[in-house]
Amino acid sequence: MGAGHHHRLYLPGDSVVHRLPPQCKLLAVLAFAVVVVATPRERFWAFAGYAVLLLAVAVVARVPPGYVARRMAIELPFVVFAFLIPIIGMGERTTVLGLSLSVPGLWAAWNILAKATLGVIASVLLAATTEPRVILIGAQRLRLPSLLVQIAMFMLRYLDVIVDEMRRMRVARESRGFAARDFRQIPVIARSAGALFIRSYERGERVHLAMLSRGYSGQMPIIQDISASARQWSAALALPAVALAVLGLAL
Amino acid sequence: MHVPDGFFNAVTSISAGAVAAAGVAVCLRGARRELDDRTAPMAGLVAAFIFAVQMLNFPVAAGTSGHLLGGALAAILVGPYTGVLCMAVVLLVQAVFFADGGLTALGVNISIMGIVTVLVGWGIFRLVTRVTRSRGGITAAAFLAALVSVPASALVFSVLFAIGGTAPIDPMAVAAAMGGVHVLIGVGEGAITAVTVGSVLAVRPDLVYGARGLARPLILRGAEGESTTVGVPEPVVATRRLKPFLLGGVGVTLVLAGLVSFFASSSPDGLEAVAENKGFLGQASDHHFGAWALADYGEVGGIPVGVAGIIGVGLVLLIAGAVAYAARGRNKIKV
Repeated sequence: MGAGHHHRLYLPGDSVVHRLPPQCKLLAVLAFAVVVVATPRERFWAFAGYAVLLLAVAVVARVPPGYVARRMAIELPFVVFAFLIPIIGMGERTTVLGLSLSVPGLWAAWNILAKATLGVIASVLLAATTEPRVILIGAQRLRLPSLLVQIAMFMLRYLDVIVDEMRRMRVARESRGFAARDFRQIPVIARSAGALFIRSYERGERVHLAMLSRGYSGQMPIIQDISASARQWSAALALPAVALAVLGLAL
Repeated sequence: MHVPDGFFNAVTSISAGAVAAAGVAVCLRGARRELDDRTAPMAGLVAAFIFAVQMLNFPVAAGTSGHLLGGALAAILVGPYTGVLCMAVVLLVQAVFFADGGLTALGVNISIMGIVTVLVGWGIFRLVTRVTRSRGGITAAAFLAALVSVPASALVFSVLFAIGGTAPIDPMAVAAAMGGVHVLIGVGEGAITAVTVGSVLAVRPDLVYGARGLARPLILRGAEGESTTVGVPEPVVATRRLKPFLLGGVGVTLVLAGLVSFFASSSPDGLEAVAENKGFLGQASDHHFGAWALADYGEVGGIPVGVAGIIGVGLVLLIAGAVAYAARGRNKIKV
């Protein structure tokens, strides 16, 4: 339960990618995702080029491939869905290994798999090389409303506390022989959720009062200078720029 | 149900992003009324709570399990504005930090899972609590609100899919499949939401936003047997500067829909262009609503693109207005 201060999403390091200011990285990843989504699905080479780009970033940032692979499990439900598309899709059909598959469906499945995978890898690399709190400060630099950023900051700060609280409640339930098998167990789970809400809310009230007594005025002080130089901007935006060049070549 | 990158085409993603941004902007203003100076810390904790609750898997039918969306629950517990904000932040954090849901699909995700679930859930909750004001009534309202909010969200997903999905699946089949599964999930969501709201009501009724004003007034009895009723302070509805803001928003939207769409759609989009070059555009099956006068943003029925855009915005405003009317504050009548 003694969780460290580093979130498990973040891989501490001191590479060029780690040192870039967060707003540059955020904008670079967003622009990269837009370029990927805008790429016509017939341009196989472009997608290969994007994958090589992300591989280069991962190598520079020293993010191990196993880490990226484990984090990509989040994508699994849509991978399953993508494999279903050719089977239930409409349009002209072809036969592969005895299965009748829809041709537009195959294209769509490839489209979703390729773009979603590239997007997930880019996001994973961003989260692995930037502390969550710093990403949010970067988002504020990019003019995201400060109230939204503050809500997200409080959320991140208390996420582990509340998830741990929920885990302890689950341990307590299960040590009394509880197992969620079917519909009849829903009231127990829901009452835990109610208790969790009350505990979270009361904790929030206590924290808010404690913050007020320490001089909180609606803004969190930012004690870190994260202004970016032109060189850092160009280094970060090299990723979408090269991706755009790849797209241009492929078209 | 987090939509990844590449699932919807660019136009749909951007439009949904605009809707999500507008919705979040309205809620940023509204949340200050619901939570005053405590907005950031309290909304942050509620967002963390929603995130944690979404991890609660519940058994739906044999073998399948669903997880809570939490939109209706958030709306009932902390109010619709804060509810949308919390859902938006949860989805933002899930997309940026957990890679759950694509960055370019964030607008779609916030619109479907944040705005739609909260709006529908809150609207139904207010409709039902208008009829009954007891604790049982609130629990029943919470059940119905959550039950309907999930299939409604799935339905909006299906509509978006029919408009801008990249997979060639019959939109009706998608709607049927999504609707069927999500009615089941909705029953689970409704049950959990109702019992959760009920258990919070039993312990701290003051924390349930949806039950505000439903508590009995405090009666003070003195030594001589006299009793004074201390009125529960009605929440003040600040409508002063909302009107110009709303009118401005509607105006900008109409201008964007009417004028900008002329420039936006003068040439086929990238995929259509490539499809034409490669000669397989003719293979693409026609859209189910292809015969509609408004299909292809008006190119079929001879209606100019800009007019089609304005009609679309008008339709959306009508639906949103109907929901907002159903959910409008009751306290205005009393004053």
